[in-house]
Amino acid sequence: MSDALTTVAVAMFAGAVRVSTPFLFVSLGEALTEKSGRINLGLEGTLVFGAMSAYAVSYLSGSPWTGVLAAGLAGSVFGMAHGFFCRLPKVSDIAIGIALMLFGTGLAFFFGKGFIQPTAPRLQAIDFGFLTSDPQLKVALQINPLFFIGLALAVVLWWALANTRFGLIVRMTGDSAATAKAMGVSVDLVRFVATTIGGFLAGVGGAFLSLYYPGSWNEGLSSGQGLMAVALVIFSRWNPLMCVAAALLFGAAGALGPALQSVGISQGYHFFNAAPHILTLAILIASSSSKRSLKGAPGELSITK
Amino acid sequence: MSRILLSRRTLLKSAAAGLVTAPLMGIERAAAAGLTIGIIYVGPRDDFGWNQAHAVAASELKKVPGVTVVEEENVPETVAVQKTMESMIKLDGAKLIFATSFGYFDPHMVEMAKKFPDIEFRHAIGLWSKDKHPSNAGSYYAYLHQAHYVDGIAAGLSSKTGKLGFIAAKPISSVLQNINAFAMGARKVNPKATVQVIFTGDWALPVREAEAANALADAGCDVLTCHVDSPKVVIETAEKRGIMSCGHNASQKALAPKGFITGAEYKWETIYKNFAALLTKGEKLPNFERGGYDKDYVQNTAFGPAASDAAKAAATAAIADLKANKPYVAGELKDNKGNVVVPAGKIIDNYDVFLETTNYLVEGVIGSIT
Repeated sequence: MSDALTTVAVAMFAGAVRVSTPFLFVSLGEALTEKSGRINLGLEGTLVFGAMSAYAVSYLSGSPWTGVLAAGLAGSVFGMAHGFFCRLPKVSDIAIGIALMLFGTGLAFFFGKGFIQPTAPRLQAIDFGFLTSDPQLKVALQINPLFFIGLALAVVLWWALANTRFGLIVRMTGDSAATAKAMGVSVDLVRFVATTIGGFLAGVGGAFLSLYYPGSWNEGLSSGQGLMAVALVIFSRWNPLMCVAAALLFGAAGALGPALQSVGISQGYHFFNAAPHILTLAILIASSSSKRSLKGAPGELSITK
Repeated sequence: MSRILLSRRTLLKSAAAGLVTAPLMGIERAAAAGLTIGIIYVGPRDDFGWNQAHAVAASELKKVPGVTVVEEENVPETVAVQKTMESMIKLDGAKLIFATSFGYFDPHMVEMAKKFPDIEFRHAIGLWSKDKHPSNAGSYYAYLHQAHYVDGIAAGLSSKTGKLGFIAAKPISSVLQNINAFAMGARKVNPKATVQVIFTGDWALPVREAEAANALADAGCDVLTCHVDSPKVVIETAEKRGIMSCGHNASQKALAPKGFITGAEYKWETIYKNFAALLTKGEKLPNFERGGYDKDYVQNTAFGPAASDAAKAAATAAIADLKANKPYVAGELKDNKGNVVVPAGKIIDNYDVFLETTNYLVEGVIGSIT
């Protein structure tokens, strides 16, 4: 039994490391965008388009890292589009987000048709397997560099938001556009830049999906991960470090269903497969409070206004 | 200003012209073709899976002289499929519609069959029943489990650990049949072999399928196969982990240049060509068509490099038996809880509906359907 327990624990650790990266990138990007006072719901579309363009460019150029860069640039274009449309008068950022989500996935399916069949060069993992002799852990310790980049980015973002002039301006536009204007800051420009960076990160998250794990391009690839990542931002109270925790938790919980079945605990697998969502609900209920429910929420956000 | 007006006028003119001529062109096209057949897919045609198997058959059907094929992919199992059918019938002049996804049947295909009594509708899973549904509708189905049985034999003889893994979407009868056939094949050649099942819960969840493949590899399985819409992720993950794999639905041989053994494939083109020939002759189509290796409705992918010589020989022999319609399910057969499903001495014919009511996992399968 203890054997089975270790197997499940290792599988959850491995799952957390393998599955969390796209969640992490999208939620970090969204955290920055929302901190500046806008919601970009279109990141699901950006993620899917990023996945497609990364795979396509990697296949055509032979270099997976060029693919990652292309995904990021494609993502920035979507971010720019969102930033541009939302600065027009009387435009809802939520509606534009939904439009861009549908546009992004549709466009990705359209251009991606020809890239379902070919095999593109994938990203290689960094092998930390030498740290252990356990064969299961050896596999779990093959970690993609993007995961570490994501972790570093979370720390940088957390620090920068709290301690730099750039962070102060972003938070100020997010909390009170009037104050920012009085200070002589262009609110639209700050939000445009924040959304563009957010789009870049979501695109890179998509590249991870198609070029590393699960590591192929097809139309069902994302299955809503971009949307879940947007929800994770609220769940982690707009704190980049909490985004890391939320993404890891989501990844680990997702590995629970398959891992339990692999050690022979197969009764009630529907329940275990739904673990990430049940866990999210449970934590949200446990951490909710009538007094501090939206602490940390940017004041300009259209859902909280 | 005048330029804008001009362009708007041109736009209106061309739109009007389009409106007038579009139906005419549609009728013209329909009249020119001998027989037009519509095929509707729920996903992309090149998904390395279920849809690709039908699309391969469709491209074979296109080669038949006098037959025109119209296709539409990514059609959801909603009222959208009714619109697709209607436009195929009215605009393209389709006389026969193949609806290839489970959820197209009721109510969508049944409704359209009532609305267009002169058009034939056929659904790719055996849901049609004589008392309940119109006579211009029907089902066709191929016994893919026979090919999974052959997979099992090849996998059982190629495996070194005797532990095989099966990643399945949902515990419905057609999936359970494939799991059971795979296990029966493997245990026929290696009575100690086990098949470990992981249910993902839905037809296309690439991330969870990859997790499941990793979990099975961690548990010591050295051959993986699956029944999900697109086996690409499972086969590629197995290859990455350095273990062997068997395919499902369409050919995945190219995805696993080292570990591929063989795969269970549909051969829908046999049914499609037969139906087209019957309609061209003006004969009535069967309402309830089914069959396996004996009617050339299924096949196994050409052996990959991981298939051992013993595996190839045993699998080829099993295929010959199935082509002769020899039954492969016989008593005594127990489920994995120890209950007797088929008593000793009883032989289940390949066409016995008993097989289609499978709601158990056979002995040797580790897993649960609830």
